[in-house]
This record gives sequence, structure tokens and C-alpha cells, in this order.
Amino acid sequence: METIQQVKIVERTTEDYKSDTKPTWCPGCGDFGVLNAVYSSLQMKGKDPKDIVAVSGIGCSSRLPFFMSSYGFHSVHGRAMPVSTGIKVGNPNLELVAFGGDGDGFAIGAGHFVHAARRNLNICYVIMDNNIYGLTKGQASPTSDVGFVTKTTPRGSQDVPLNPLMLALSMGATYVARAFSGKPKELADMILKGMEHPGFAVIDVFSPCPTFNKVNTFKYYRDEAIDLPSDHDNSNYFQALERAANHDPYYLGVIYENKDKPSFEDHVFAKVATELQTPEQVLTDLFKKFS
Amino acid sequence: MVAIAERPTEEQTLESRHSIIIRFGGESGEGVKSTGELLTQVAARAGFEVLTFQTYPAEIKGGHSIYQVRLSSEQLYTEGDRLDVLLAFNQEGYDKSYEELSADGLLLFDEGNVTDFHYPQQGKRHVALPLTRLAKEELKFELGKNVVGVGMLSGLFGFDVEPINRLITEKFTRKGEDVVAKNKKAFEVGYRYIEEIFPDRVNYHIQTPTTQRADTIIVGGNQNLSMGALAGRCTHIFGYPITPASDILEFLAAELPKVGGVAIQAEDEIASMGMVLGASYTGRRAMTCTSGPGLSLMVEMLGLSGMAELPAVIVNVQRAGPSTGMPTKHEQGDLNMAVYAGHGEVPRIVLAPVSVDDCFWRAIDAFNLAEAYQVPVILLSDTVLAVRTESITRPDLSKIKIVPRLTFDPQDSLNGKNGETINPNQNANTDVSATGNASESGSIDNSATGGTPGATPEVIANIAGSELGQAANMQNDAKKVNDGEGDEVDLEIAARRGYELYQRYAITENGVSPMSIPGQAGGQYTSTGLEHNEFSRPRYDVASHTKMTDKRARKLAAAVKEAPAPYRVGDPTAEIGVLTWGSTAGVAHEAMDMAAKLGIKVDVIAPRMIWPIPTAQLDDFIASKRVVIIPECNYAGQFANLLNTHYRRDFVRINVYGGAPIRSSEILAEIQKANDQH
Repeated sequence: METIQQVKIVERTTEDYKSDTKPTWCPGCGDFGVLNAVYSSLQMKGKDPKDIVAVSGIGCSSRLPFFMSSYGFHSVHGRAMPVSTGIKVGNPNLELVAFGGDGDGFAIGAGHFVHAARRNLNICYVIMDNNIYGLTKGQASPTSDVGFVTKTTPRGSQDVPLNPLMLALSMGATYVARAFSGKPKELADMILKGMEHPGFAVIDVFSPCPTFNKVNTFKYYRDEAIDLPSDHDNSNYFQALERAANHDPYYLGVIYENKDKPSFEDHVFAKVATELQTPEQVLTDLFKKFS
Repeated sequence: MVAIAERPTEEQTLESRHSIIIRFGGESGEGVKSTGELLTQVAARAGFEVLTFQTYPAEIKGGHSIYQVRLSSEQLYTEGDRLDVLLAFNQEGYDKSYEELSADGLLLFDEGNVTDFHYPQQGKRHVALPLTRLAKEELKFELGKNVVGVGMLSGLFGFDVEPINRLITEKFTRKGEDVVAKNKKAFEVGYRYIEEIFPDRVNYHIQTPTTQRADTIIVGGNQNLSMGALAGRCTHIFGYPITPASDILEFLAAELPKVGGVAIQAEDEIASMGMVLGASYTGRRAMTCTSGPGLSLMVEMLGLSGMAELPAVIVNVQRAGPSTGMPTKHEQGDLNMAVYAGHGEVPRIVLAPVSVDDCFWRAIDAFNLAEAYQVPVILLSDTVLAVRTESITRPDLSKIKIVPRLTFDPQDSLNGKNGETINPNQNANTDVSATGNASESGSIDNSATGGTPGATPEVIANIAGSELGQAANMQNDAKKVNDGEGDEVDLEIAARRGYELYQRYAITENGVSPMSIPGQAGGQYTSTGLEHNEFSRPRYDVASHTKMTDKRARKLAAAVKEAPAPYRVGDPTAEIGVLTWGSTAGVAHEAMDMAAKLGIKVDVIAPRMIWPIPTAQLDDFIASKRVVIIPECNYAGQFANLLNTHYRRDFVRINVYGGAPIRSSEILAEIQKANDQH
């Protein structure tokens, strides 16, 4: 039941989106850059924290919801996508931003990622990709390079790394971007656009782990990642795939964007009856059918 | 393994035959099911009680299937032990079921399709029926074979033709008058044929019920459970197809959108549960449906539900296990998993309906309990109930009671109250059992709308700047928010905000805390599977874990007081008791009736809440009976073992674990043994 409030434009600052919990990350963690970009993007969007839900799985980056003043759901490893799906069909009016790491999203969570993308679920999914498992203290992840030496891969990782952008594109994601935690302003813009995007928005963010990953560092990404060329047409699917496949260099920016596909929520709620009945009415009809 | 005792024989005179059990056996896809279903409908229209049992082959193409119909002028509880009539459509129909035909049973078979009568015939009677010949050659209506068959049986059992003709009209009218006429002719041909070849058919006539039961529906267990979910105000179902639970997802996919609800087929069972918890988090009454293998996959999510205190309803239609097991066969093998699954100590409630009718009411209970106590509720059905169709009294919709979730009220933040001072029972209708004398339906509050006015940032800032926010108080509050070991609070921000006013996991007397939903101002928190404090901040210290574990356990101690009444029949003064759960309760009921005819008094009880154990319902029974027999369809005696964690006494166990339901004769044999010992 809504009472009519005085119309008042509430000017929000980034402070309004911060919770009172101190981030649990190591000093120098790439995720701080992401967090600041998140606060910026939320401030630019201006939505009331009560109407925002931050969903995550398990990992260092998945702790992010605790540092926001919005609602949050810190679920279990790899399951942010199904939980987000349930939230969006529970209340499609909520602004949902999902967070997680490369292990959470692309190892155990890979299957769910596929289905969230093909459904075109209307959320913004920010993956903090540090090419390693940080919280469990330094094991190889699905985005680690071949030959990466860790405690579980002492003779070097053998699996070819998963390419999150290509996976997203081929599974039907309609907003696919890559960012770098060392460039938080650009990231903030991408997150804002991702939130406003009417479909599945994925941003793979290079977010280095200074504690455990001595290969994919800030310097590494400053050298290896450059902005998309100005002639990039991000409505061109095949050009997007090509640029996404590139590792030398990695391209930063919005690689693909398509606002024309209906979202999962559009489809689901189109199926709901326009003239609703009560459960009793439906049951009475059913009893008649079974008599 | 108990030896199968012969059913006590009784004179089957014209006046005394009250029920008949007929089984159709044949190749899957060749009309076994449609014939069975039509006969079920016909019999119900004729005023009889009907109860069915079916098996399907696990594969899609081919294989043997049976459809068993029991009709009676009296109330039925099981599909019966021995067959009175077996209609074999092919050789396999004879091979697989002949031995279950009673000593003076009747074998009917499709002429020419059964040629090898290798079992000793003894007193059984064999009659060939030219089903295919009549349908194909005489009627030129090969598909009408089933209707011919039902016509023959109707003639045999002495059904009144009038209501059946009306049924045929109803069934086929939308396919046109020609089709209606064709089917009526087929029925008549079958009926007349029996009149010619069965001069003594009166021996198979069943006494027409003297009192017609009004308001009867013929419905299956899965369907009735689905309708119960609708009645229980479920609005969201997320599931993954699995035998024998897919019906529920399919049924609700068709019906939920009519009430504004949503049905999603997820990519797997883990995703299904993730979606359930997401929807529940936004205030929805959400469920999933699965069988054993799916529940195994859902166990981690079950833990999250229990730890984060997110309501959820999980229907598990048990089938024979372990692992892939026997997808279409019966077993009560998932009790252990339902009660214990989950690393750590996960609070949950387990319910088990005892009959098709019960499926409706226990589904409502499941939602009420889940919402009232913010726990996962596992509703254990089984293959027998899932596939059984039965004529039951139409559920009385005025008896439905809905219990809403205890929700956070933003006004309480404004008034400076936190969870500790809120009366946890102030909005809750504490009686969650769906059946009972009270007939008011409670307020239905499952809408997740945002926009509730309340603690805006300015308001909170005002409180912080007021007396509440003064230095002295701030010290106390600072200590409270930085209690224990875990996420550290930035005191500056906290002070500016006036500290967190909403305690998601407020410590209350019955353990239930008011729950906010996204959209409510001032109700923000991050739901988590980590151990936490009242504000849902991660906490790892001894005091926090102890306090929260106690809280979660307290909820169950409160919930068990609202356990639905047990199924209880028989003589309460009897020394011999039968205690069981699920569909076995009906079998126990029938065994009790059989024992009564032999002059043996038996008391039967089947609790509908399995966990927490409703000790208040069972204490007297277990203490006072000389013998307590616990029959169940599993190897280990899972329910007996569970009860033994609380009760120190021996039980007489009957364990049947071949994939077929337990028979009343098996329970009767133990009753007789117990009686003889005295």
C-alpha cells in the first residue's frame, strides 16, 4: 500500500550506496577499483538502494554485496545466475547487478552462465576476472593461461583458457563488454550502460589479484589490454566475435550491443494471463474437469 | 521378508461382493492405459469408489505396462492384493500377472493374442474375448477396441448403461456426432457380447452403492498435490523434468499463469532450487518438484535455504533408488535424505501425505509451514500416490487457511524499534495446519511490491542526530555492531547512518524473525550462507554460531507444535499397533479392517509430519502398545530407525524393497503373529 509522498528529488551520492562494512580484500586488490566503479555507476543511475539487489556466488569478488547499502544475496558457489533468475521473475522491477569471479562464473557456474545468456536475463553481470582462485589461496582458474603454475598445477596448467566474451556472445548475450579495474571511469560507464541495457549484460573485468597472481598483474594488463579501435561496430556480431577472440591485445570496451531482443522477463510475463483469476476460481474449474 | 499370506476367503454371494479388482496388462501404447482410464471413469460415473494403480516401462518405446482398477461400493485404501479379473491384451499380459490372479479369478484375453497358458489353471476361469475381431472386422473401428473392452466389462459387472452413454457423449462430443455414435456402438457391441457368452455373469456384479457420494472428483496424486499448491497460494514453480514428478511441473505450467504466477523449466535441479530461493527472497511462495536423484542435487541449496532462513517447498516424489534406480517403481527410500541431508545441521521440516486426498492438504501445509517458520519444507510423496487415480470427495475450498510470512514493517524502524522488541507473533496466524475446524482463510500477503514509505536516508539521519545517536548510545551500538569475529564495521559510516536498525535475524522467542523483502525501505540486508549475526553480517565466533544455531533449532521446536494431525484409524484400545508413513498408511488401514473381520483389534497411526518427530502425537502410542509394527517400503527401516533415535523400544519391522507396494496381507500376517503370541 503506497501513501503519496511529497515529490522530492533525492540527490544521491556515492556514499549512499556504501554499506558500513569494510571490504575484506587485500590492499591493492583489483576489486577495489570495481567497487568504486560500482558506486559511481549507481550514483549516476540514481536509483534508491532499496530497489537494488546485488547477487553473488562465492569468492573474494562475491563478497561485494556486503559492501553495498542495497539488498544483497550472497548465494553458493557458481549459482548467482539461477538465484538472479528467481529474483527477477519474483520481482522484475528490481535493479539486479550480479557479481562474481572467474572461478565462480566459469568453472562451477559455466552451465548456468550459458542458460542466463540464452534466456537474455535482464541483469548486469560484472565478473572480476583475476585468472586465479583467490579466496582459496591461489589455484588455477578457467581463465588462467596454459602453463600457469599454482599449487594445484605445479607443472603448469594444461587446460586452454575459456574466453568469457566468446562464450557470452555465442550463447546469446546482448551486451558484452570487457573492462579493466585500473580504468574505473570507463568501467563505471560500462556498468551504467549494462544496467540500462534491456537484456543480459556481461562485463568481464580484469581485476588483478596482487597476493596470489604474479603473472596477470596491473602492469600486465596495462601492457596487454587496449581500447577497441574507434571503427569498431558493436552492432556487428561477427566483428564482435573476432575482437573478442583476440588475446594479443585484449580489447577493452563494449564489444557487442543489441537492444532489440526481448528479455527473459518479457517472455515470462507475456505468458501470464491478462485477466487474472483467484486460485479458488481456477480450482473450481479444475474440479469440474475432473468430475 | 514376510511370506505372502492368502487373503482370508469369504463367500462371494450375489449380495456380498463389494469390490472387484481388475488389471489390464499389455504392451505399452496398445491401449492398456486408455482402457483402464475409461473404465475408471465409467465406474466412477456408475457411482462406485475407484482406486487405480499403474506401472510403466522405464523406456519410452515398448515394454510391458499394467493398469489396475479397483471398484467398490465402499471406501478404498489400497489397490488390493489379489486380482479378481485379469484382462491380458497380449502374451506378456498373461505371463506377468497371471500368478496374481486369485484362486477363483477370471482371465479374459484378446482372442488369439494369448496362446501359451503355461501356469497351472486350477480354479481359475479362462474366457477369450474377440476384442480385435469385433473392433476391426465387425465395427470397422480398430481404435474402438478399448471401448469394446470396457463395454464387455460393464456388462460383466452389471453397470447401468445410461450414465455410461452420457459419459461417452461428453467425452467425444467435440469430435463430432459420428465419433460419439461410433463409440456408443462399440460399447454396446461389447456389452451385448458378454450377455451372450456369460449367462452366469451375475456372479461378477458389484453391489451398487446405496448412498451416492456427492461432489466426487477422480484425480491422481500428482494432480491433487498440484491443486493443493495452487490452493496454498504458490505463485512460482521452478523444476526440471524427472519421473515421476514431471506431471506437477507440467500441471502448474498450465495453471499458474491464470493466477498471475510463473512456471519455469530450469536447466537442472540445482538451478531450480536457486531460482526458488531467489523468488522466495523477493517474498514469493515458491516451490520445486523432483524425485530422489534431483533432491540429491538440491542438497547444497537446501543448506542455503536453512542457513539464510529462506522459505522453500520441495516436493520429492520418491521412486526406487539408489542412484538412477527404477524410475517407475515404488519405494519409500528417501526419508533419511529428507531428514538428514546437508552438511552441518540444516533446519528443515518433512511432511508425508498418506493418500491422494491428503496430497492436497499437505501441499497447503507445506507452504504455510515454510512461510511461517522460514525453513525449507520437503513434501515426500511416492510413486504409488503419484500414479494412483482415485475418486475422492471434492476438496472443500472453504477449509483452506493461508498463513503469511512474518514480514518486516518499515514503521518499526521509524519508531526506533529493532527486531528484539517486535512481538514476533503479532501478524502471524499461528495455526498453520490446513485442515481443521477453523474455516477462515487468513490474509494472503505474498505480493512483493516496493514503494513502501518509511525509513528514507533523511529519516535515518535524523534519528542518528537525535538522542538515539548521542555519544553514549553510540558507544553501546558500536560495540554491538562490531560484536564477534567477522566482517568489520566502518564506525564512521555506521554512526552517520544511525547504525543498522533492521535485524534480519532478530533473536526472538520462537526463533522467527520478521523478514524484509527487496523494495522495502530500511529493510536492506545481504542474505548469506555464511554464519551471521542479527544484522546478517558474516560472523565466525563462538557466541554468534551458538546463538544462531539455537535460534534455528527453536524454530523447529515451535513448528512441531503445529504438525498436522496424524492419520489415525482403528481401535485406540488395541494392544497391537501399526505405525507407518506415506502411502503405506492405506495398506495398514486395509490390514486393520481385515484383522477386525478376524476378531483382532488393531490401532493404526501414520504421522503426517516426519521431521521434526511429532513426539506429542506418538508418545502414548509407542509407550502403551504391546506390539508396534512398522511396515515401510525400504530395506533399512528408515522410519523405524528415525523413531529409535528418540524412543527406546523395539519395533516389529516389515521391510519390502522390491519396487512394488507392500500388500495388506503382508501386514496382516504380522498382526496375526503378534496376536498369536499373546
